[in-house]
Amino acid sequence: MRIPTPRNAARTRLSFLSFLCLLYFPFFANAATPPPDAPPVILIQNATILTVSHGTIEHGSILIKDGKIAEVGQSVKAPAGAQVIDAAGQFVIPGIIDCHSHIAAESINEGSVSVSSMVTMEEVLDPDDMDIYRDLAGGVTSANILHGSANSIGGQTLVIKLRWGQPASKLPFEGAMPGIKFALGENPKRSNFSIPGQPKRYPATRMGVEETIRGAFSEARDYKKTWDDYNKRVAAGEKNLIPPRRDLRLEPLVEVLEGKRYVHSHCYREDEILMLLRVAKEFAFKVRTFQHILEGYKVADELAAAGVGASTFSDWWAYKVEAYDAIPYNAALMTRRGVIVSINSDDSEEATHLNQEAAKSMKYGGLSRDEALKLVTLNPAIQLGIDKRVGTIDVGKDADLTIYNHDPLSAYAVVQKTLIDGRIYFDRERDITGRADLEKEKKALTEKLKKAAEKKPEEKKPEEKKPPEKKPEDKPKPPAPTPTSTAARAGAPLGGAL
Amino acid sequence: MRARSSILLFPMGILAILLVPAVTAQSQSSGAYGITHAKIFTLAGSPIENGTLVIRDGKIAAVGATVEVPAGAQVIDAKGLQVYPGLFDAVTQMGLSEIGAVNATVDTSETGSYNPDVVAATAVSPSSEHIPVTRASGITEVLVVPGSGGFDFFGARGILGGQASAIHLAGWEIDEMLLKKSAAMVLNFPEIQTETFDFATFTRKEKPYTEAKQEYEKQVNELTDWLERARHYAQALEKGSVAKYDRDLKLEALAPVVRGEQPVLAFANRARDIRNAVEFCDKQKLKMILAGGAEAYKVKDLLRSKDIPVILRPMLSMPPEEDDPYDRQPSQPAELAAAGVKFAIASFDNSFARRLGQNAANAVAHGLPYDEALRAVTINPAQIFGLGSQLGTLEPGKLANLIVTSGDPLELTTDVKYLFIKGQLTSTENKHHRLYEKYLNRPKAQ
Repeated sequence: MRIPTPRNAARTRLSFLSFLCLLYFPFFANAATPPPDAPPVILIQNATILTVSHGTIEHGSILIKDGKIAEVGQSVKAPAGAQVIDAAGQFVIPGIIDCHSHIAAESINEGSVSVSSMVTMEEVLDPDDMDIYRDLAGGVTSANILHGSANSIGGQTLVIKLRWGQPASKLPFEGAMPGIKFALGENPKRSNFSIPGQPKRYPATRMGVEETIRGAFSEARDYKKTWDDYNKRVAAGEKNLIPPRRDLRLEPLVEVLEGKRYVHSHCYREDEILMLLRVAKEFAFKVRTFQHILEGYKVADELAAAGVGASTFSDWWAYKVEAYDAIPYNAALMTRRGVIVSINSDDSEEATHLNQEAAKSMKYGGLSRDEALKLVTLNPAIQLGIDKRVGTIDVGKDADLTIYNHDPLSAYAVVQKTLIDGRIYFDRERDITGRADLEKEKKALTEKLKKAAEKKPEEKKPEEKKPPEKKPEDKPKPPAPTPTSTAARAGAPLGGAL
Repeated sequence: MRARSSILLFPMGILAILLVPAVTAQSQSSGAYGITHAKIFTLAGSPIENGTLVIRDGKIAAVGATVEVPAGAQVIDAKGLQVYPGLFDAVTQMGLSEIGAVNATVDTSETGSYNPDVVAATAVSPSSEHIPVTRASGITEVLVVPGSGGFDFFGARGILGGQASAIHLAGWEIDEMLLKKSAAMVLNFPEIQTETFDFATFTRKEKPYTEAKQEYEKQVNELTDWLERARHYAQALEKGSVAKYDRDLKLEALAPVVRGEQPVLAFANRARDIRNAVEFCDKQKLKMILAGGAEAYKVKDLLRSKDIPVILRPMLSMPPEEDDPYDRQPSQPAELAAAGVKFAIASFDNSFARRLGQNAANAVAHGLPYDEALRAVTINPAQIFGLGSQLGTLEPGKLANLIVTSGDPLELTTDVKYLFIKGQLTSTENKHHRLYEKYLNRPKAQ
């Protein structure tokens, strides 16, 4: 059961700097107002088009109408009034889809209980999160926004489009199947996290994680039966029946049993992967994707046989015991055994170069260019059940496209434009030319604030204000702590998205 | 040697790693090699087409287009391949940390704030799995940095973190690996921290600026005091009157620092902190190397005028400020290069060390000249740590730390075909290859 609530209920502060951020991209500043109903007709021409579905088109064009791809080919003509993007020397790919993201979320960890299926990411969507824009600038157009991994059964997930500048209500990917996060192994058993003075939470072993999930589904099955019986009696015409009491924790699990909600399960080790497949079989539900799944290569045949997708990292390893057997060949090995594989970010920075991460599977395991590109386009689209809409460059699909100045399967490619629904949401040139004005605007605002502070000397100096801290999300990628991020990183033990 | 039969199953998949050296690493004692028909990027002049490089006694004996391979040398025909100096990762915790989340495997940081006497080389585990994995990406030497160096979020983070050691990524034990045991003194320069994180309550705490400033000044005074005492101690050492003192290992370790012989590797990211560190080191007459430098671009003129080199944190990092341009980090190296600041690029990590080339390439994508990027991961770090005469370019007399690759060593898809450390052909085989092989050959599950 998803309960619609006003966005940003949890948002409590809008600091001076985040206010600045709202002004940061003037092009999008007016996007807070609803966009015009009719998206522009756009022709991208002279490009190298990597369609993913039907090869590469040199000197090709893409015609976009009503937000959809209307024509693709070498001899597409610009209709009168079309906006022409000359992409000579540039490369177009389907917009990147990140199957594991925590951007655009006010919080991601309800860590108090091991079954937190009642909470949902939809209620904490934050359309002002700067990481949306940064990932957009890295070519990402859709993302699977997940709850953290502190729970055996975590919160409800949501697929969004990175429509920067739009309100939260416009972010969800229309019609995408809702999901729920599960987690196995060290995080739900809280191996690496302990809070002084706080007792250990059940489960504390992989055995307990299995039983927590089995217990929850036993309850869900009973609960479903109660409702099914009630509905049957109502349908049979019985009057004056008292409906069963709703259970917001079990409802999403009933949806899983009914095939109306995808299970995205965080995992690492081969044994826990097979454990969840057994539990799923016992309760007759499907696991849609395993996330991280760094030992997936060890049980690739079992994954393929179960028809479950695998969404993994390119080359992360050794940050914890269950990641010590991680190998960069994972994606290629699973692909070769018939598993649908995607490469995800789990990190807003990593998401800015998923094209590069996909390219590594050409080196590690010898995937072809198309196979590598699929890892961040078509395959995550399939995994999220949105492949009819996105993931390849084909007529009729959403015009979600990323344009690079160089071969995208290279570390030298830089995103030039990102389009969603046929609208340009990121334009590198415009970003760069806008920077001077923003700098000026920031200076003016800082001056104003300084003056105000001088009048009230007891207040803190403006330059000591920090931008709002990121939510405590597990970011293991160690490079480069900065003073602002140190606290956020230190907060990692709370959650553990990773 | 690997199972050739699997080629039939996965022709594409296995090509990449089957191309292991045709010459095996067993012949480590003979010592003479000739690499022929290669395009050689010496970084000490223009690339040499169809060139030959001769290795003898661990060193580069000759390099050029008309060089003869001496009799008895093993020949590697590198037609279609390229030769570069091995890459140098200038900030890592290589060998000090195996599995980040497991304390028992982590020896990065001592407790306490002043540990100038601890030496990274002491705790480097020569059989760490990270070493061969990192080597496979073309990295032949690294700086091992103790005392957290600013990237260990959970570990202690003292002010004087200990001595960083430069090591080769090969050797049976540490003495064989050592390049320079005490290459730099780690200084986590105090920051004015108005926001801290309290582990006991898991909450962020804000601190008034004046209070944070006071704490900063207290730390700087402490540090000054340590250096003062070290100076006296060093003078006593010189005058031979040290016998009158009790031996003090910490002050003894600081003596080369206060004499300006050993550089301090000062970690700072914010412009304010960098300025403070520069001013402090200037006043104390310390030889400073900046590490981190997220906002080095804001103080590039200062760094240039004081000749302070920078070890830059990875380009693949988020901007320090929420309202910074999204490409703040990858575009910084180009600005520093244009301003004449000398810099190296480093991974600041172990398991991500193999992204060193990728980081440098991302700087090129954002305007850094390609040659500068190559130098930032080879000769520049070597020079910064006083190893420029031994490493970093392919010139006669230098240590033969070099790689033979299928192409651009900064590009994602390039393979390292042969790797030499101290003139020895060294295997690029590692745990990841072994697991790949094992599971590639797993019989189909029933």
